[in-house]
Amino acid sequence: MSAIAARRARASLPPMLARQTYAEFVKLLRVPAFSVTSVVLPAMFYAFIGLGQRNVPMGPPGSVTFGQYFLASMALYGVANVMVLGFGISVANERGQKQDLLMKATPLPAYVFFVAKALSALALAMISIAALGLFASVVGGVRLDTSQWLTLVVRAMLCSIPFIGLGFALGYLATPNSAPAVTNLIYLPTAFASGLFFPLSLLPKFLQDVAPYLPLFRAAHLVWSSVGYPENDINADWYFMAAYTAGFFLLALWAYRRDQGKKFN
Amino acid sequence: MSEPAVGLSHASKRYGALQALSDVSFTIEAGEVVAILGPNGAGKTTSINVMLGLRNPTAGTARLFGLDPKDLRARSRIGVMLQESGVPGMLRVTEIVDLFRSYYPNPLSTSDAIAMAGLEEKARSLVKDLSGGQHQRLYLALAVCGNPDALFLDEPTVGMDVEGRRRFLEEVATLAARGRTVVLTTHYLEEADQLARRIIVIDRGKVIADSTPAEIKSRVAGKRITFSTPNPDGDALAGLPLTSKQVDDHRVRLLTNEPEEVLRELFRRGVEMHDIEVAGADLEEAFVAMTRREATP
Repeated sequence: MSAIAARRARASLPPMLARQTYAEFVKLLRVPAFSVTSVVLPAMFYAFIGLGQRNVPMGPPGSVTFGQYFLASMALYGVANVMVLGFGISVANERGQKQDLLMKATPLPAYVFFVAKALSALALAMISIAALGLFASVVGGVRLDTSQWLTLVVRAMLCSIPFIGLGFALGYLATPNSAPAVTNLIYLPTAFASGLFFPLSLLPKFLQDVAPYLPLFRAAHLVWSSVGYPENDINADWYFMAAYTAGFFLLALWAYRRDQGKKFN
Repeated sequence: MSEPAVGLSHASKRYGALQALSDVSFTIEAGEVVAILGPNGAGKTTSINVMLGLRNPTAGTARLFGLDPKDLRARSRIGVMLQESGVPGMLRVTEIVDLFRSYYPNPLSTSDAIAMAGLEEKARSLVKDLSGGQHQRLYLALAVCGNPDALFLDEPTVGMDVEGRRRFLEEVATLAARGRTVVLTTHYLEEADQLARRIIVIDRGKVIADSTPAEIKSRVAGKRITFSTPNPDGDALAGLPLTSKQVDDHRVRLLTNEPEEVLRELFRRGVEMHDIEVAGADLEEAFVAMTRREATP
């Protein structure tokens, strides 16, 4: 009996989290439709839109160039894209294939699963920023100070966090068939309406009115200011991001409970 | 001493208008090998799901090793194969076994778990490239990789070919011989008979029998006699040792445990019969007979 008592009653969490994170990352990576587009798309948009006018200053001579400004825009676009589409579509698919059923019967705590998924997506988001940064600096010749690079990367990654919540929420609300359409329908227009591709002044008036309430618009302020583009009140932007984070994660929790309640009640 | 592996106490489960389980109570001791047998829709999967805490009973309680079945300490001691559950197709067999091992405190080695399921040749394959039978074997590998004290197998041999099923049942028998508790649902009496020392028969959400395989078999393993007769009414069929009788137009279907006696009697009575067939009753039919008998003793 003492041998049995000496056996651990639960597996230790760090190796479990490591395995789960690795598995989630590999799952993302092995779907080229997702991983390749996540990594290639921001750099491709940069090539199409950013390269031609990369040396055009955004203000008086000597100010931030469009090349630097658009690098920040696409870094944000890329990381948020990984979160919204990555989670939205993969969670919906996994639900559709009832992968959650078997997991539910194992001693895997639900939070380990979520943290692992978030970490794996953060890793892919880092890769997307690295690919974009490499492309912009090598091909586009864009230069940033080390501190600007660091601030840009840290802020873009921080700003991706609320979109983790949004992605989870969409993943639990959408069906596997509707998830690609729903996530794109939500994400692409808001990326445009937040001024990530074109300056807001070129957009219709009603979009300009809505923009300040969009999370990507607030996040965009934070990344633009990290490369030196003057934004006046980034404190307000941080507060908005915090509020979106709370809101989206609560929505995700509600959607998750609703889904699980249907299956496991 | 040790807690029973499973305890259901007056467990009921209702899905909307459907009463899937009603007032089910039984205990499965550690080390027992039990088959839960019943026709489709009888409540077998529901009873497994309630035992595992995947479904909350509407009334009554379920315990796993004396704990709430949702308790991760209880789940750390079990391995499960569920019907219609999915696994990530883009992982390799070794990767997903490694992943599932990490959930358990005292797992088997990855190669042992894969060997036990007979999947050595497919260890490097992506899960999505496995055949149906190989998928079932992967689920077995995932169920055993945590070195569990109790295995719960919900219709585990569905989709396997004859050879796969034979090998699968051997593996489960080996595990049982090593003292594991095994609870499996099936609608094959043969499978239950081969593995289990105890059979719990469920029908329409109720336990209608809980006994040894020999005892259960004597109650359900009947023969079906089918024939056509111009005059199926009247006293021709009265007083025969039947468990069920069904007449459609001029076609008569009888279920009995004493087919020789029934035929002898029918011939003796001079009943006109054409197209006589005698076949083993399939379990669905046998259950119908069995439950009718329960309903009207």
